[in-house]
Amino acid sequence: MTDQPPVLELREITKRFGPVVANDRVDFDLRAGEVHALLGENGAGKSTLMSVLYGLYSPTSGEILVDGRPVRIDSPNDAIDLGIGMVHQHFMFIPVMTITENIVLGSEPVRTGVGHTLGVLDRRTARDRVRELSDRYGLAVDPDARIEDVSVGMQQRVEILRALYRNARILVLDEPTAVLTAQEITELMGVIQRLKADGTAIIFISHKLGEVLEVADRVTVLRRGRSMGTVPRAGATEQSLARMVVGRDVIFRVEKEEATPGDPILEVEDLHVVDDRGLEAVRGATLTVRAGEIVALAGVDGNGQTELVEAITGIRAPVSGRVRVDGADITGRGVRRATEAGVAHIAQDRHRVGLVLPFTLAENLGLRRYRRPPLSRLGWLNLRSFAERAAGLISAFDVRGGGAETPAYALSGGNQQKVCIAREIDSEPRLLVAHQPTRGLDVGAIEFVHSRLIEQRDAGRGVLLVSLESEEVRSLADRILVIYEGRIVAEFPPEASEEELGIAMTGGTVVGA
Amino acid sequence: MRSRTRIARAGRGLLIPLVTVVLAFIAGGFVVLFTGHDPFSTYGAIFDGTGLNWLFPWVTGTARTTAAFNLQQTLVAATPLILTGLSVAFAFRVGLFNIGAQGQYTVGGVMAVWIGSIFPNMNPVLHIVLAIAAAALMGAAWAAIAGWLRAVVGTHEVLSTIMLNWIAIWVATYLFQAGGPLQSTTEAGNPVSNTIVPSAHLPVIWGNPLLQGLSIGIFISLAAAVAFWAIMNRSTLGYEIRAVGHSPDAARGAGISVARSYAVTMAICGVFAGLAAATDVLGWEFQISTGDLTISQVGFLGIAVALLGRNTAIGTVAAALLFGALETGTSVRALNSNVFNPELASQLTLIIEGLVVLLVSTDLIAVRILGLPAKLGLGRPRAGTALDRGVPDEAATAAAVTEGLEGKLEQGV
Ligand SMILES: Nc1ncnc2c1ncn2[C@@H]1O[C@H](COP(=O)(O)OP(=O)(O)OP(=O)(O)O)[C@@H](O)[C@H]1O
Ligand SMILES: [Mg+2]
Repeated sequence: MTDQPPVLELREITKRFGPVVANDRVDFDLRAGEVHALLGENGAGKSTLMSVLYGLYSPTSGEILVDGRPVRIDSPNDAIDLGIGMVHQHFMFIPVMTITENIVLGSEPVRTGVGHTLGVLDRRTARDRVRELSDRYGLAVDPDARIEDVSVGMQQRVEILRALYRNARILVLDEPTAVLTAQEITELMGVIQRLKADGTAIIFISHKLGEVLEVADRVTVLRRGRSMGTVPRAGATEQSLARMVVGRDVIFRVEKEEATPGDPILEVEDLHVVDDRGLEAVRGATLTVRAGEIVALAGVDGNGQTELVEAITGIRAPVSGRVRVDGADITGRGVRRATEAGVAHIAQDRHRVGLVLPFTLAENLGLRRYRRPPLSRLGWLNLRSFAERAAGLISAFDVRGGGAETPAYALSGGNQQKVCIAREIDSEPRLLVAHQPTRGLDVGAIEFVHSRLIEQRDAGRGVLLVSLESEEVRSLADRILVIYEGRIVAEFPPEASEEELGIAMTGGTVVGA
Repeated sequence: MRSRTRIARAGRGLLIPLVTVVLAFIAGGFVVLFTGHDPFSTYGAIFDGTGLNWLFPWVTGTARTTAAFNLQQTLVAATPLILTGLSVAFAFRVGLFNIGAQGQYTVGGVMAVWIGSIFPNMNPVLHIVLAIAAAALMGAAWAAIAGWLRAVVGTHEVLSTIMLNWIAIWVATYLFQAGGPLQSTTEAGNPVSNTIVPSAHLPVIWGNPLLQGLSIGIFISLAAAVAFWAIMNRSTLGYEIRAVGHSPDAARGAGISVARSYAVTMAICGVFAGLAAATDVLGWEFQISTGDLTISQVGFLGIAVALLGRNTAIGTVAAALLFGALETGTSVRALNSNVFNPELASQLTLIIEGLVVLLVSTDLIAVRILGLPAKLGLGRPRAGTALDRGVPDEAATAAAVTEGLEGKLEQGV
């Protein structure tokens, strides 16, 4: 092992974006058949380092060696030729094409004979190859479904298949579990084990320390662009890794006082909502959130959470039922009315709904308040107010990687999330709807967001937390509601066990309700 | 550091169009070479034809008089191009593709010529304001149909504006043709409108009013560009428009009505196009013939102008000046025919314009050649992030634009 060169070695990689040093002389190596985890705070430079490896960015300086030989990687095509595959933090697909087409895109097998001359796609061969790979590694996909119609989990399996289809020996998984359900995560771990057994080397990025300890052989930690060193899994604990990541001790348990709920703020009554395809996703949901409490909505992804949240926040009009905030009926009255009634919304999809990516942080932070002074007067913007307010929020919420004039797309995922949270909390809502608020955040940032949510509760606001993480649900909630197939099927106190919740979430008989 | 990134960004915004234009001119130079002429003296003659040599103090005597006249023509040509360019650019910013500037221009022109000719003895200030306002409102109403269709019914604006263009052109043709309701009362046999009365003429500020001198229309254009900038960058409306243009989902999530933004934006586009017609009709045309209606390409050229100007106010003004100069510099009247045949030269203009549009709308070539992102430290766009440049569908844009220019080639203007 020691006399064989590592399959991949990064030497002294530095990457600057203007004044920002995203990677600062980072060393990293990867051996065949190993899982090497990359940890680090939001904005530490993990995705950037991987983009350099994959030829998306050219490094400012530094060297990449594959099988001990220096290589130049100027584009993803170069990377693919060297056997490097990548599953991005945010997927890149052509949504209307089928799964098979997306997988083979760029290296299509063509038919023989006349078909060859015409470059006709050999669908049969393509499908067989995809089938074979998916069977071997347990990556279940439906080859003929269109990408836009399948779950995020399946999209991710498609990404992995796409890399394997191009004979990747080195596979980069950038936060693969952030978008998956618990069940899918378990499956992914199995896939990783099988790939490893076949000699594939894997770089695994995650903010979830438990996962890292489960799957990784070695762990490298980045902090503010620099490597803090590499440690073997043996001997590492969640505490020790967290300390390496943020440079201090992290409190995993959420500290909070007993809730003192007041009057109802949000009242949802027998709500029915249909999804984009016209199917009924919410089928008679009834729930109440009172002032000064955090109510968590727990459930397996796809049980109507998204549509319920959209109906409460005014994005989607329900077909029937009532939504009241502080007694005011806002059913189907739109986002603006909901905002006026005091509803704030931390959207689950920050890229699509939460942020206008090309807008600056100042512009993004103004999205809820631009209609009123001081941000605007008589229809004219006051840019100085925008900038001042942004500067205040950026420092109050510890947004790193840019200032008021930085476009939102230049921030790391976690810092983008902080921008969304800052904006929503700053709107001084009556009800804060937090939909997967810590998705993709580092341990320090999660701690930060959790204490913000509790602060909101203690300030007498109602908080509706929608989360797929049962850990988060149980540690934050004052009451847990379980949603299953569009209905609220059970209510639990926060002390409920993981098993009880799990049974209710999968539609099992409810005991404690 | 903040100002540095800003300058870098602005520099990138400026450099690409500039490089594009230079490339187009070089390509045009080869075309000239193939026709057996000297590209340098040809471009020199075109430059003189634009009247830009008027800016050089050493040009004197009759040369100076000619230069002044040519420069007036350049500015006269640029005036409506600025406005139709703004019309297209404004729509681009909300994510709509306004191919309808031509139709909005046409209906605006009908209004301007009608109001300008029916009141024989009005106070000139009042008359001019009334005619301009009528043209602008008519353009707005016409464009708003497409905006409304998109907002409420979901009809794609490319389809609806193309149809509205044809409706506008044929309705106007009907109005002015022999026997039509607005046909000239004095020239019975001709398919023309009435002539505008003097009280509705825009005052000429430079040159001879009888020889198409430069009117205050140029100030209307420039004021519109300033208004464009202020609305887009300093008003809540512009903020909403830009949010919708970048991401309709995020805008919706913030409580912005996407449908309303589409409708309002289109109406404003129509104002710009209607104003373009007013500056032409009240500034130097004074009368519309049915032939003008089908030959005019001002609205279509606005698409090219907006593209080259990167949908900004200042960029649009600059691009319109360039296009106006090209048109004038290669016109039969202005170009020295000993150096290059003006007939060929106007085709050369089309080639250069076409190349500019093609290069700008693909954007790739300039970026490749310069390797710009790396040099300015901007990096490639982040993985998975579609960097929105405010152009809705570039393929469609390029296709439609080339179509417009081809139409022009066929008509051999
Ligand atoms: N295209 C870009 N332009 C400017 N700055 C950038 C760009 N891409 C990344 N950065 C900056 O580089 C730093 C590293 O970002 P990166 O996305 O690599 O972080 P990360 O470790 O992947 O974080 P996360 O866990 O939140 O995904 C951040 O400060 C970010 O703002
Ligand atoms: Mg990342």
